[in-house]
Amino acid sequence: MLRLKNINTYYGKVHALKNVSLHLGEGEIVTLIGANGAGKTTILNTISGVTPAGGGEVLFRKEPVTTLTPDRIVKYGISQVPEGRQVFKPLSVEDNLELGAYLRYRSREDRSAIRRDMAQVFTLFPRLEERRRQLAGTMSGGEQQMLAIGRALMANPKLLLLDEPSMGLAPLVVQEIFRVLERLRRENGVTVLLVEQNAKAALKLADRGYVLETGKIILEGPSEELRENAEVKRAYLGKDKKEIWER
Amino acid sequence: MKVREFLCKKRKTMQFEQILQYTFSGLSTGAIYALIGIGFSIIFTATGIINFAQGEFVMLGGMLTLFFLEVLKLPLWAAIPSAVAVSALAGLLFERLAIRPLRQPTPLNLVIVTIAGSILIRGLAMLLWGKDTHAIPPFTGDEPISIAGATILPQHIWILAITLLIIAVNKFFFYHTISGKAMRACSYNRRAAGLVGIDVHRMVLFSFVISSVLGSLAGIIVAPLTMTAYDVGIMLGLKGFCAAIIGGMSSGMATVVGGLILGVLESLGAGLISSGYKDAIAFIILLLILFIRPQGLFGKAESERV
Ligand SMILES: Nc1ncnc2c1ncn2[C@@H]1O[C@H](COP(=O)(O)OP(=O)(O)OP(=O)(O)O)[C@@H](O)[C@H]1O
Ligand SMILES: [Mg+2]
Repeated sequence: MLRLKNINTYYGKVHALKNVSLHLGEGEIVTLIGANGAGKTTILNTISGVTPAGGGEVLFRKEPVTTLTPDRIVKYGISQVPEGRQVFKPLSVEDNLELGAYLRYRSREDRSAIRRDMAQVFTLFPRLEERRRQLAGTMSGGEQQMLAIGRALMANPKLLLLDEPSMGLAPLVVQEIFRVLERLRRENGVTVLLVEQNAKAALKLADRGYVLETGKIILEGPSEELRENAEVKRAYLGKDKKEIWER
Repeated sequence: MKVREFLCKKRKTMQFEQILQYTFSGLSTGAIYALIGIGFSIIFTATGIINFAQGEFVMLGGMLTLFFLEVLKLPLWAAIPSAVAVSALAGLLFERLAIRPLRQPTPLNLVIVTIAGSILIRGLAMLLWGKDTHAIPPFTGDEPISIAGATILPQHIWILAITLLIIAVNKFFFYHTISGKAMRACSYNRRAAGLVGIDVHRMVLFSFVISSVLGSLAGIIVAPLTMTAYDVGIMLGLKGFCAAIIGGMSSGMATVVGGLILGVLESLGAGLISSGYKDAIAFIILLLILFIRPQGLFGKAESERV
């Protein structure tokens, strides 16, 4: 469904992604793990059109989307849940969700379909419904993460990109969020690309994984295989690196 | 003894009536400042730009209305919307031709561009319409109305009513329509706005159009009272800027109150002290606010801006 071919992305002179190739099948949950500064966020932003690739090709359902602007990408059915939630803090929960469906309002899509999707977000995250009139900025980190995911879902995406959704959250909240991702795949057939530093939890959820190091993919394979891989164990799962994924 | 008491009383009531009178006219000029100030704030919130050309759209409103009235012989009810439409177009072109093409939109470059834009627009207006001042007829006659001893003109009522209406529409737009919410979202978090599919450039363009509409409306409703000319935008723009600064660059009530305070103080100062101080008052307030409360009179350190 999504394929990156030899992607190179630059920030000025900084060569952030070096010949990155990866692919996601329809309905897969794939995780991308790597240390700070490896280029995980850059990969998501390259797909989303925020930092377009300087070389290589992004294909979505076999169509090239390499140079499209972020709004066109959303229209194609790719939504990103950005690092650090990035909810619209002075707006209410409900307004944040509405804005997730911004392009659907603009294309005069039937309001009832949008309302139905909002109802679905509320069944996935009942806490959001209780707080629908609360300002997003006054909510807890976990609730803001739920809102950020809900907002992305309001665009009705086929592919969901998540950037470190577990960051700074208690294990129970992380579990709740990961269960929702599972359910989205099962019930809506949503494909998920999950960027994580919490490698242990991510590899438990995902079907496959990629390991990124300083802008290059150094390992890939089914999750069980990566979990058993000596290199991954040492760098991302080992006891001495506990702090990396517990933050 | 009796005579002195009588005189004293008379002076008091006279002073009260005068104050009322000055307050009334201050409120109506204040409403104008408020509209212009909201225009400043909308652009500032959306882009971080102080649009020094804002006053020129105020001038365009008045001058274009005059043009449609006297040259094209349109009736007033048609001349006003035409003038607003042309001003909106001018705002759109200004963003497209002057702001967007900037390669390096640093604050300094933007200031230079908006100042250059204002000089250009003013110059064109002078070439087109000359240097004379002109009058626009009041919307509904100029029979004074007497309220509690003060007399006000129908145009004052028009100004207050239209301002109230515009503020209500503005509020509705920003709080209850998806486009308005998207504009606010853009100002709070540009990156996230882009990620939900909001076209940030379009919102910037929008903010320029809305501001020029507000500015031109202000210029139109004030013109029957104060006359209009190619250079009225300088002073009105500065006063509007002052209102926005008092309001902490909010495009809501704070700037409206800022405009009204400025208008009333100016009018009282001019009436009770000397009309020579009228313009100085705005600048004194501007400097005081910038030194003492740069977040605006009502602002918390981090206030909601739109
Ligand atoms: N705007 C930018 N300008 C210059 N360099 C940047 C910019 N953004 C990221 N980089 C560099 O690109 C590299 C990859 O950054 P990226 O944010 O993608 O890493 P990451 O894997 O998401 O890290 P983290 O786990 O800390 O979020 C880093 O070396 C970073 O310094
Ligand atoms: Mg990152």
